[in-house]
Amino acid sequence: MIRILLLCLALGATLSACSSKSAKDQGAAVEDKSGGGAGKEGAQTYGAGEEKAGGLAALNDPDSPLSVRTVYFDYDSSDILPEYRGTVEAHAAFLAANPTVNMSLEGHADERGSREYNLALGERRAQSVKRQMVLLGASAQQISITSYGEERPAVEGHDESAWSQNRRVEFLY
Amino acid sequence: MPEPRKIIALLVFLLLPGAARPALDIRITEGMEQALPIAVVPFGWDGEADVLPLDMHVTIANDLARSGHFAPMDDQDMPQRPREFSQINLADWRKLGMESLVIGNIRATGEGNFEVEFRLVDTYRGTQLAGFKIPAPYKQMRRTAHRISDIIFEKLTGVRGAFDTRIAYITVKKTPKGKRYSLQIADADGFNAQVLLDSGEPLMSPAWSPDGRQLAYVSFEAKNSAVWIQDVLTGKREKIAANPGINSAPAWSPDGTKLALTLSKEGDPEIFVLHLSGRSLQRITNDRSIDTEPVWSPDGSRLAFTSDRGGGPQIYEVGAQGGSPRRLTFDGPYNARPRFSPDGASLALVHGAERQYRIGLLSVKQGYLELLSKSRLDESPSFAPNGSMILYTTTTSMGTELAAVSVDGRVHQRLAMQDGEVREPAWGPFLSSP
Repeated sequence: MIRILLLCLALGATLSACSSKSAKDQGAAVEDKSGGGAGKEGAQTYGAGEEKAGGLAALNDPDSPLSVRTVYFDYDSSDILPEYRGTVEAHAAFLAANPTVNMSLEGHADERGSREYNLALGERRAQSVKRQMVLLGASAQQISITSYGEERPAVEGHDESAWSQNRRVEFLY
Repeated sequence: MPEPRKIIALLVFLLLPGAARPALDIRITEGMEQALPIAVVPFGWDGEADVLPLDMHVTIANDLARSGHFAPMDDQDMPQRPREFSQINLADWRKLGMESLVIGNIRATGEGNFEVEFRLVDTYRGTQLAGFKIPAPYKQMRRTAHRISDIIFEKLTGVRGAFDTRIAYITVKKTPKGKRYSLQIADADGFNAQVLLDSGEPLMSPAWSPDGRQLAYVSFEAKNSAVWIQDVLTGKREKIAANPGINSAPAWSPDGTKLALTLSKEGDPEIFVLHLSGRSLQRITNDRSIDTEPVWSPDGSRLAFTSDRGGGPQIYEVGAQGGSPRRLTFDGPYNARPRFSPDGASLALVHGAERQYRIGLLSVKQGYLELLSKSRLDESPSFAPNGSMILYTTTTSMGTELAAVSVDGRVHQRLAMQDGEVREPAWGPFLSSP
């Protein structure tokens, strides 16, 4: 929420997404937009510019590829899987088109093995996404990285279905 | 010398958790087939029963039973309750197969202080193997019991006891407002639990200073990993490392003057040594892979650590001043998080193979790896200071708790919390000199 507010202040924008009081977090903001037709209309308007990634409203458009905020990984791997390339590209293009926007990548691991190694693995995953985004035109200064290792699982559970959802990098704006 | 007020605060703390219930309930899940029979006779006491803070002989018998090496006799099976050596009817005990007998007396010495006298008797030879008088202030009665257990254990097994020690660990509790993490310490028998830090953000990797007075740990309270050092007695703490990237895996040098840790401030996780006086930082590893989880050899000359420079995570060793690392593990695709045994001859580690993560014991010279634990999600091994047991974290469908295994793999224990998760145990150093 603080990031979104700062974003608004920095740009002096009066975008509906920013002024929306329900922008508790990025998840809530997305839900808010999907509630009625207005959100979609707004998004189309802002997306009409030359920049393919669209303006800031694209961040809150549930139909935008930017609405995908998590990519997942194979076990003990930081390679970006083919099915998530589109997501990484969309976020990279968005940052390239909006050079004043900063965001962070949060890397995570599943619970298997040792905790400190997993902390390192989470960081490597976030770095792998960052590297790809910089190659695609985002500035390294726009992207900060944090790793939580296995300390903050998205899903509780001790089986592959939980683990596969915990090996991830989250895009936080 | 700490200030008087701080001492009072500690004493109150030691009193509060009460003698009745331990924070960690420790159970033997698998004992030795030939545990030594021993009788710990109720100690003589001429005062009111409720004046004493604990049943001395019960605490001692529980210590000995928990080790897996002893099978203490039930009170009601005892043929007599002698208080003095001269009162012992040796033949009666021998008939019951009780080779070892512990008797004792507690005396009030005034001002809430006591003196505990005990004797360890060999009933076959009719001799006294050990006999001590130990002064015991009221608040120290539990520690006195553990010291007596240490002496008995050493006399009968030849190995120094580790009952008068403490463990640190991380607990996680779910609340309506989210998870709460806490760094706690407790006596090795699970009693006297104290919270040293409570946080809404994850805590990791507690590590005792060699003198047992400080704990280093990792906290995410600033939304990124940072390494802190906290004084156990006063609770005073200091942030030691909070660079961009990872700040983690603290490990004290055996002389307590340095902290090895993992920092990724230069791009990828590398091992550094921080000199605590003067705060100078020395880089030890230099490789584009993950290097983390350093631990000092007991003589302080080497560091073992986890690295995936060869593909998957394996254990390497490097001189404490740096140099080229030598790979130590070759068995299986995943070996991580090493901990040296007190004699430096072996490393406890996490061994992953065929979807099982177990605690393994590697003989450093021979390179032979033996698996000690039996579950599928075991991690964070920590040696008892006498090298006899390894404490670790185990996760099952029931949740996450602590377990311990003897280095010969024969004794298995479970340490469960009454509610919530407990993980990342760190067994502290000996509290008193031998």
